Amino acid sequence: MADRLTLKDHFFESRLIMNRGILLLVFAGILVMILFSRLFYLQVVSHDHYTTLSEDNRVKLQPIPPNRGLIYDRNGLILAENLPSYRLEITPEQIDDMGATLNALGKIIDIREADRTRFNKLLARKPGFEAIPLMFNLDDEEVARFSVNRHRFPGVDITAGLARHYPHGNIAVHALGYVGRIDEQALKILDTSNYRGTTHVGKIGIEKTYEDLLHGKVGHQQVETTAQGRVLRVLNRNPPVSGHNLYLTLDTRVQQAAEAAFGDFAGSAVALDPDNGDIIAFVSQPTYDPNPFVNGIEYKAYQALRENEREPLFNRALRGQYPPGSTIKPFVGLAGLELGVTGDHSRTYCPGYYTLPGNTRKYRDWKRTGHGTVNLNDSITQSCDVYFYDLALSLGIDNMKNYLRHFGFGRATGVDIVGELPGLLPSREWKRRRHDQPWFPGETIITGIGQGFFLTTPLQLAVSTAALANGGRMLKPNIVYAEQAANTDALLPHLPRPQNNISIGEQPHWDSVIGSMIDVVHGARGTARAIGKNSPYRIAGKTGTAQVYGLKEEEKYDASAIAEKLRDHALFIAFAPAEKPTIVVAVIVENGGSGGAVAAPIARKILDAYLLDPEEQPEPEQAGEATPDEEPTE
Amino acid sequence: MNIALSSRHEDASRRGWQHSLHLDAQLLFALIGLSALGLIVLYSAGGGDMALVERQLIRLGIAFTGMFAVAQVPPRLLLRMTPWVFLVGVLFLVAVLLTGEISGGAQRWLNLYVVRFQPSEIMKLAVPMMVAWYLAEARLPPNHWQLLAATALIAVPMLLILKQPDLGTALLIASSGFFVVFLAGLQWRVLGFFAVVVTAAAPAIWHFMHDYQRQRVITLLNPESDPLGSGYHIIQSKIAIGSGGLFGKGWMNGTQSQLDFLPERSTDFIFAVLGEEFGLLGIVVLFTFYTFIVVRGIVISIQAQDTYTRLLAGSLSMTFCVYFMVNTGMVTGLLPVVGLPLPLISYGGTSIVTLMAGFGILMSIQTHRKLLAT
Repeated sequence: MADRLTLKDHFFESRLIMNRGILLLVFAGILVMILFSRLFYLQVVSHDHYTTLSEDNRVKLQPIPPNRGLIYDRNGLILAENLPSYRLEITPEQIDDMGATLNALGKIIDIREADRTRFNKLLARKPGFEAIPLMFNLDDEEVARFSVNRHRFPGVDITAGLARHYPHGNIAVHALGYVGRIDEQALKILDTSNYRGTTHVGKIGIEKTYEDLLHGKVGHQQVETTAQGRVLRVLNRNPPVSGHNLYLTLDTRVQQAAEAAFGDFAGSAVALDPDNGDIIAFVSQPTYDPNPFVNGIEYKAYQALRENEREPLFNRALRGQYPPGSTIKPFVGLAGLELGVTGDHSRTYCPGYYTLPGNTRKYRDWKRTGHGTVNLNDSITQSCDVYFYDLALSLGIDNMKNYLRHFGFGRATGVDIVGELPGLLPSREWKRRRHDQPWFPGETIITGIGQGFFLTTPLQLAVSTAALANGGRMLKPNIVYAEQAANTDALLPHLPRPQNNISIGEQPHWDSVIGSMIDVVHGARGTARAIGKNSPYRIAGKTGTAQVYGLKEEEKYDASAIAEKLRDHALFIAFAPAEKPTIVVAVIVENGGSGGAVAAPIARKILDAYLLDPEEQPEPEQAGEATPDEEPTE
Repeated sequence: MNIALSSRHEDASRRGWQHSLHLDAQLLFALIGLSALGLIVLYSAGGGDMALVERQLIRLGIAFTGMFAVAQVPPRLLLRMTPWVFLVGVLFLVAVLLTGEISGGAQRWLNLYVVRFQPSEIMKLAVPMMVAWYLAEARLPPNHWQLLAATALIAVPMLLILKQPDLGTALLIASSGFFVVFLAGLQWRVLGFFAVVVTAAAPAIWHFMHDYQRQRVITLLNPESDPLGSGYHIIQSKIAIGSGGLFGKGWMNGTQSQLDFLPERSTDFIFAVLGEEFGLLGIVVLFTFYTFIVVRGIVISIQAQDTYTRLLAGSLSMTFCVYFMVNTGMVTGLLPVVGLPLPLISYGGTSIVTLMAGFGILMSIQTHRKLLAT
């Protein structure tokens, strides 16, 4: 070791290390300069860019959903409202022992297993400071029971939100429709920027038709949040604009009376104001309660509604297509008069059946014994089929179709409720297009009494009857008469849009047909004279019976139900007071049998509800006396 | 440079307390200043948590005490202890691999029942000491055989630490050993040869890397490839620094830091908090402290009186320099994310004690010199 040390050149070594040390310092200096350039680039050159990114991190835009517009009936009675809905929420970071808390809560309020599962799923996903809903739609008792015990549950809270509620339950549900949670399908159609934060959207009915008006405009607030999304403060706020309130033409009192009048029957009734097309009642029976649909109906309950063979979900007024039966006779009669094919005094002999020239096939009248010699008035009043077979043949299918088309048959009415079906007014062209077959004269004959291919919806029948009642003015039916912007008193009326009027050839023709319809109710031999007897006002009407010749495609074959299912549909159209009509109704009772005995009394109750003061309405008279009525034609 | 060289001409009376306490005033005040800056930034990074600052203050107290204690050990004694310290350190490393406690996915801790510590920390000092001890015995510059032996002295502890795995510490230890060899006069052609070998071996190194280490390299090259995963740290720290601008957003006002966007902001990423709240100006102040300390360390090395202390002082100073440059390089997105704290600023335990012990050695070297006639 000693000799190695002597070999060391201390001066050389210290110079070597000093040089190397300085070299390292210079090298380190270069690296520091590189680092500094990097920092200069980040903090000076790109400062604006990173400031923007930092602001984007910090400031979040939060949507504030608007309050949905309310829906009132024509008297200001609320039909769709937003009720405070109480949710039980838990903020996990404030809970020490979640299991114990849930058990203790369970002793106060019944927590469903499904709620627990959903809560646990959310618990795993959400940050601890965010309140997680445990239960929705708490009832008053649950709220009260929790409130008393609140001090025992720090971190558990009840919060109030707004939820759509239909206070009258199943009343007018087919007109109102309902809202439901936004699903994938709805998301595709909706303007997602305006629906940020919105949970529900109109699914059917008015709620859907007027979705744009009812929804309103989303508001926003800028909030400062932490990286986990906890809101620290609101920086600025752009409030939402609530949806417009809607005022319906519907009269809940009449609607209720109409729905009640159906009893256990399935069917539909539509009442209109013949002056402007306002829908007074819009009935489809049976109905259902829309409230369970708002927050997602349970699968079992939905399945029960779907599989119910009386089809409560089916909107009969809008989508039920029925043969008009004899209710078409006033229109065909008017066609005959206006087109000069028949006259008030033209007579036809009715032996109880009709045959085409050169053909032995008998087209039966509902009255086997025949009506004898009848004119147009007799034929409408007593609903003679043979007269109209003959008239239809004289008119021809082309004339008949063209004239009936003026009354809106075979066309959607354009009502402001989505999903309407157009019915069917058969013609040569239609049959060739649809069935690739020529038109047969026999089909013309049965079209004359509203059978065969002919289909109308209850709404359409009401609109056609209104045109008869108001002297040929075709109306576009409407169910909303005004809207009201949020926080204003002013009502913006929805004005009826003018439609094509039906040209009147000679006023006496119209008067004659209406006179015959009055005789249907008030004449000695009228098919609906039972409802005319004690009526304080005069009614013009027409009974009808529509054959059910076959099950609808979607129906299952059920031997016990088939007898009733095959029974005829009973129809009645009417307007009153006959001299200056203010209301028109069309009633269809499925499998009701006789128009005069079943459908007409329902119509009478609707008319009474609308025309009479509630106090002076007569006790409904039971149809004790059997009224002669038409029977099914071939 | 003049700050450092001036001490040579200081008169004995002015150096009195420094000599009797074996402290270097310039280094001491720079370290205290740096620690104070660190506590201020830490208070903000912890969201105003005074308890955090107090714990760090206690740690600093222990570290400074340790530094003071080490400064009292004369370099001669240090020289004699060197091989034993090294040997014990290597044994501890082996023990860690066999019995050590696993924490955070790595096996770094050794529980001696009295104290729980990381043996790799000892090696931060033991490796440069050992290599300096070995090379100082022979003539400089070292010949090829001596270089090979020195490489072995560096490689054994480095590989043991890599196995834990602790890439950051392994890197520090390798560089501290390298600095000794370089200062001892490593021939340029040998350095060139090593550079070529390392470059050629890069694919092999890649092969032996852990998946998370590879991921860090990929992230460095393109942090936006996974903005919410591995790229998140780098993206958020760049946003924090960049949005700080020239003068910063102000103390306790950094939105990236205060609103939790910046991860690990009290520890490895505390530099980004400084950059956001104090801007480029604050960073210049920090860099000035670091530069001063490194330069002062090199001056101590130059003024040292024998080869062992010169090599050791130079290596310790440059390793400190690597320390802060790797951390800032990582936080600014120039280097891959390696778990190295920002020295004396980051909140953290063992490493601060080792670091200050290193400064204790520097002070000892500076203050135990015999005054020679010039």
